[in-house]
Amino acid sequence: MAHEHKLEIFRGLWKFKSNKQKIWGVLAFLSFITAIEVVLGIYKPEGLMAKFLGMKLLNWIFIILTIVKAYYIAWDFMHLRDETKGLRRAVVWTGVFLILYLVFILLQEGGYVFRVYDEGFIKRDF
Amino acid sequence: MSTAVAEGKTWIGGNEPLKASYGKMMMWFFILSDALTFSGFLAAYGFSRFKFIDAWPIADEVFTHVPFLHGQELPMIYVAFMTFILIMSSVTMVLAVDAGHHLNKAKVTIYMFLTIIGGLIFVGSQAWEWATFIKGDFGAVQTKGGNILQFVDTEGHRVALSDFVVAGHRDRTEHERKNGLWFVNEGTLPTYTVEEVIHGLESHDNILVRTQLLTEEGEKTVLSRAESLEVLKANGKAVVEGANLHVNEYGSPLFADFFFFITGFHGFHVFSGVVINIIIFFNVVIGTYERRKSYEMVEKVGLYWHFVDLVWVFVFTFFYLV
Repeated sequence: MAHEHKLEIFRGLWKFKSNKQKIWGVLAFLSFITAIEVVLGIYKPEGLMAKFLGMKLLNWIFIILTIVKAYYIAWDFMHLRDETKGLRRAVVWTGVFLILYLVFILLQEGGYVFRVYDEGFIKRDF
Repeated sequence: MSTAVAEGKTWIGGNEPLKASYGKMMMWFFILSDALTFSGFLAAYGFSRFKFIDAWPIADEVFTHVPFLHGQELPMIYVAFMTFILIMSSVTMVLAVDAGHHLNKAKVTIYMFLTIIGGLIFVGSQAWEWATFIKGDFGAVQTKGGNILQFVDTEGHRVALSDFVVAGHRDRTEHERKNGLWFVNEGTLPTYTVEEVIHGLESHDNILVRTQLLTEEGEKTVLSRAESLEVLKANGKAVVEGANLHVNEYGSPLFADFFFFITGFHGFHVFSGVVINIIIFFNVVIGTYERRKSYEMVEKVGLYWHFVDLVWVFVFTFFYLV
């Protein structure tokens, strides 16, 4: 079992002296992202309400920030950064592929059902 | 000769191409399958939301409460606090794993203990959040089509049913097990009837009905005074206070169903995580891993604990933010 840790994040931009320091650094980063999310969620800036690819820009920002958080939890807290490439890919690629596939199918279908209601084939407002 | 030796090494085991122990690898594959279960739930939530994209409840209006601060509208604050608690307990968990690598029993004990405390605070907060959600705050009327009509004043602020409806006197015999069907209990009845709500609306000129349909700006549609009375009289079917699996005063019943199901399933994971953490904690205390000269069990339960945190990050986004 490997005990060595890779002690840098952001592709080497931020280097740490020990594993413990890295943990606190990642915590600071995750808290910072959560704070951004909460502030955006409370104030909802007008400029970010524009639609982009069928969803509000603000929602895209939330989703991207979530994935960033998930990356650092998995890579640094769960030590995926220190595992072999094989194990990392077996876990991450499988999950990412299946989840994207499922989400695409279900959201596509949900949008279709919405249009069926919306175009008046089924009355819902009574 | 040499190939035979190589073959023996390759095929009779002892080869670790992924450089991870069996237990750790299986924990990873369990986490992968569990992640697929959760994404199934969240994708189903997305499906229902896209299906009712023009009428979905606004999370900011639903989760506005913070314990001990009654009557204040503080959207997001409490969930943000819960998120922080969970991330914090993840950090103490990594610190426990790190101390385990240095075979430092005292530190592993302390950090495991802190992790358990964090988990308990989180589960407790979630229970409080559920209680608040089930109790509801303003009350609403459900229409025959299953839609929700809420009440606002002329400035658009929400008005609770109790502020303008007067409950009439009603004499009725309660169903009891001893004088009716012995296997059925009578459920709780709403405080008001639809007639009383109609009467209350008629006698208060400053109250309007708000439907669950969203406008272009993403706000709920407020009807005019005449429309309000007309819609309530024609379509009002039942008074709804709070939320359960059948009705939901905040909007579509599906919202409550998914809220209970997804946060419930996640809360169950946190709870079982706490139980497993406690077991490992006592193993640390009695020195099982000290004798084994390896704290890998702490690392494995740590993986599970971080996974719970990972899932919460997504639940937080899709339930409270997006």
